[in-house]
Amino acid sequence: MAEPKQIGSIQFGLLSPKEIRKLAVTKIITPDTYDDDGYPIDLGLMDPKLGVIDPGLECKTCGGKPGECPGHFGKIELAAPVIHAGFARLIRKIMRATCRECGELSLTEEEKEGYREEIEKLKSLQQPIDDVRRDAFKEARKGSTCPSCGSDMSDVKFDRPTGYYVNDQKLMPTEVRDWLAKVPDEDLLVIGMNPEMARPEWMVLDVLPVPPVTMRPSITLETGQRSEDDLTHKLVDILRVNQRFQENQEAGAPQLIIEDLWELLQYHVVTFFDNHVSGIPPARHRSGRPLRTMAQRLKGKEGRFRSNLSGKRVNFSARTVISPDPNISVNEVGVPETIAKELTVTMHLTERNLEIARDTVLRGPDSHPGANYVRRADGRKQRISDKNREELAEKLEVGWQVDRHLKDGDVVLFNRQPSLHRMSIMAHEVRVLPYKTLRLNLCVCPPYNADFDGDEMNLHVPQTEEARAEAEVLMKVQNQMLSPRFGGPIIGGIHDHISGAFLLTERGSRFDRDDATELLRRAGIFELPEPEGQEDGQPYWTGGGLFSQLLPEDMDLRYTDSSGEPVIIEGGELVEGRMDDRAFGAFSGEILDALLKEYGVREARRFLDNATRVAIHAITKLGFSFGLSDEDLPDEAGTQIADVMTSADEKVENLIETYELGELDAIPGRSLEETLEMRIMQELGEARDQAGSIAEKFLGEDNSGVIMAVSGARGSMLNLTQMAASVGQQSVRGERITRGYRERTLPHFERGDLGTAAKGFVQSSYKDGLTPTEFFFHAMGGREGLVDTAVRTAQSGYMQRRLINALQDLNVKEDGTVRDTRDTIVQMIYGDDGIDPSKSDYGEAVDVERIAERVTGRSP
Amino acid sequence: MGKNYEVSRHDMVPEHEVIPGEKVEELLETYEIDVRQLPKILVNDPVAKEMETEPGDVLRVVRKSPTAGVAVSYRLVIER
Ligand SMILES: [Mg+2]
Ligand SMILES: [Zn+2]
Ligand SMILES: [Zn+2]
Repeated sequence: MAEPKQIGSIQFGLLSPKEIRKLAVTKIITPDTYDDDGYPIDLGLMDPKLGVIDPGLECKTCGGKPGECPGHFGKIELAAPVIHAGFARLIRKIMRATCRECGELSLTEEEKEGYREEIEKLKSLQQPIDDVRRDAFKEARKGSTCPSCGSDMSDVKFDRPTGYYVNDQKLMPTEVRDWLAKVPDEDLLVIGMNPEMARPEWMVLDVLPVPPVTMRPSITLETGQRSEDDLTHKLVDILRVNQRFQENQEAGAPQLIIEDLWELLQYHVVTFFDNHVSGIPPARHRSGRPLRTMAQRLKGKEGRFRSNLSGKRVNFSARTVISPDPNISVNEVGVPETIAKELTVTMHLTERNLEIARDTVLRGPDSHPGANYVRRADGRKQRISDKNREELAEKLEVGWQVDRHLKDGDVVLFNRQPSLHRMSIMAHEVRVLPYKTLRLNLCVCPPYNADFDGDEMNLHVPQTEEARAEAEVLMKVQNQMLSPRFGGPIIGGIHDHISGAFLLTERGSRFDRDDATELLRRAGIFELPEPEGQEDGQPYWTGGGLFSQLLPEDMDLRYTDSSGEPVIIEGGELVEGRMDDRAFGAFSGEILDALLKEYGVREARRFLDNATRVAIHAITKLGFSFGLSDEDLPDEAGTQIADVMTSADEKVENLIETYELGELDAIPGRSLEETLEMRIMQELGEARDQAGSIAEKFLGEDNSGVIMAVSGARGSMLNLTQMAASVGQQSVRGERITRGYRERTLPHFERGDLGTAAKGFVQSSYKDGLTPTEFFFHAMGGREGLVDTAVRTAQSGYMQRRLINALQDLNVKEDGTVRDTRDTIVQMIYGDDGIDPSKSDYGEAVDVERIAERVTGRSP
Repeated sequence: MGKNYEVSRHDMVPEHEVIPGEKVEELLETYEIDVRQLPKILVNDPVAKEMETEPGDVLRVVRKSPTAGVAVSYRLVIER
């Protein structure tokens, strides 16, 4: 194989007609592809000199077989030149800035020299020259006579995509070419063009390069019929018109016909390059589908750049539906056996793994920890089959390679789109499991933003030792538990983990020997602590005491839980308080945070795995459910809520009356109407809050919904209020509903009604059901929410793309500076303080108080 | 606008100061860079203009930073 070379520089330029002809291995004349026997026609669009795609044939230019031969360009000699539409605007710009007679740029020699020097300087500084070019063009366009020959400069009108007019006379492409050819080389430098690489007359095409067949292969349908590539279709069109043009020209056809054909040739060449040029209809396939020509292959999301170069499809990857498994570690991912048998890791055989490899190969490709391929020392690859597995296992030697199945403990990358932050791709250890879904621990749902309503995720298998080591050290879930956004845990318990721990550590919860043993067994603890006490002669253990067994023995910690109650851990014992989302919940876990920072990620991960397993066992044991009847309120509550609503209604009526009498006092800086609205909103907000507290009072602390809301497991008291008591005011753009019909929101109300019901206050609860008008207002408010989310995601997605494009090549050097690819300093110290937020304490480099506390053993 | 309006007196404008040539050399040595690898500032930037700097000068900028308290940066004065 040839030695890899370094790229010295890249030079962009235009292909000159000379280069196009030199590049071409043959000219193309016939608009046909294959003859009746199915062989490519010489001088046709599939000329064998252009390369080969059919297996069994050889390239007539390089002798390569399909796959070896890269393909070779051909050429079409155009009967008359045409404009390259991609440069149409630049052509116009140049014509407007130059003289038609002498071709010189309409600037004085001094001006030209000035611009040339400026461009030279900017180039040496590697700065963009766009501004100078724009100025030069602008200056040159200003004059009405040519400074060098004195002839009149007339304006060039432009008609998309390729029409040019001077004094309402159409310019033929030949005329355009002649004009551009007159522009002197020195003048091109002034407008930032390099005449060596890009003469303007090259933007008018005399000869068209024909892309090799390898980039426009034809496909054979089942019927045996050939279906040509869109580019080939386009080239056929060009050749046909070109031929007709030539015939007519030779026959001396009238100018009108010639011009028509010329126009047609121009159209085909334009659409060959870009079939979505504005100003002309796109060329279509016989079926009516617009053709996919050159520009379409490159442009946009489905184009070559975004879909094949910036992002590619890869081997050693899998994708399927995900489902939860609370029994595997957060560090693990459950991989279906069918996938594990398809994805492989290469074993490099040494004396030490030869026997293992032999066993693996012997199991063959169909039984699980087997292997699919062996590669001999000379690089020859052989597929393992049921038939040859024994023979191959026998032959294995040091130096060979075996592609073995994925097995437990392998490191893989796991990913869920949209990959918005670095925790969207994390490394997991494989656990090969039955069934067909990828399994993940529920604690990693928050960073992936995953749920199980049909979400799919991707899996990638690193193929080298370096990649595996890097993935393990940098990307393993346990190393991603602290967020680089705020320096606190983002991975932690959710939903039932929290409810379970909350119920488990409730004051007065007691467990007998059997239950306590079973509970701790989930955390891998097989010895019970001393019992808390005796009851009826039987020893008992408290939930808090059992939970303490999961904590490090020397742990001291104090924090307040989400209800504001203190939680105290002393010497690894939960002395006071109850576990809720502030204990080990995702985004907020204090215990988790302390463990991560003081005991290390392994300890924290182990705690999380155990705590969640214990919590799940507790909630299963104790029983926990929530249903419609949990929103039931006694009649008494109903009356109280109704009273609150009536009095709120009255208060609002009073406010409106005061307003109508002109007795309302405006809040400073507000109009009377605004004041009224604010007062009403305030009144109704209070009414709903009151209804909420009534509901809360009657639901009681044992209500499952209340438990979930209070512990922070899921939902809020507001959600419960809306379900059980009253939904409350609906709003659009932060105001009560105002739009609809003239002076009223719906025809069900009086004009000018400012009352609660007419303006979108929903008195009913979700459980009771909404009245038709309430339902309508609720839909209005709900729609606003949906639109906001849709717009926000679209906008933030675009912003994300642009930010990433701008920042992706920056990196932090050993000296702490942030630099771009040219080694230019962007920040003298990363983030001004040189701190990695994911190694920080909620953004601070150190938590001095906590350190003092640990050193002195006293809390401040 | 009054004659004695100075941008540098504005609360939001950080402290700028031209640093002497030998200090520049020192700076470039510590970071092992060429002067053009420093962040840039245009001569016609209001602050640079007010300080009557010349292209090639290096400014020391001391900003208040929410993360580090004080953040020091350097900028090379350039023509547009
Ligand atoms: Mg989903
Ligand atoms: Zn070839
Ligand atoms: Zn002239």
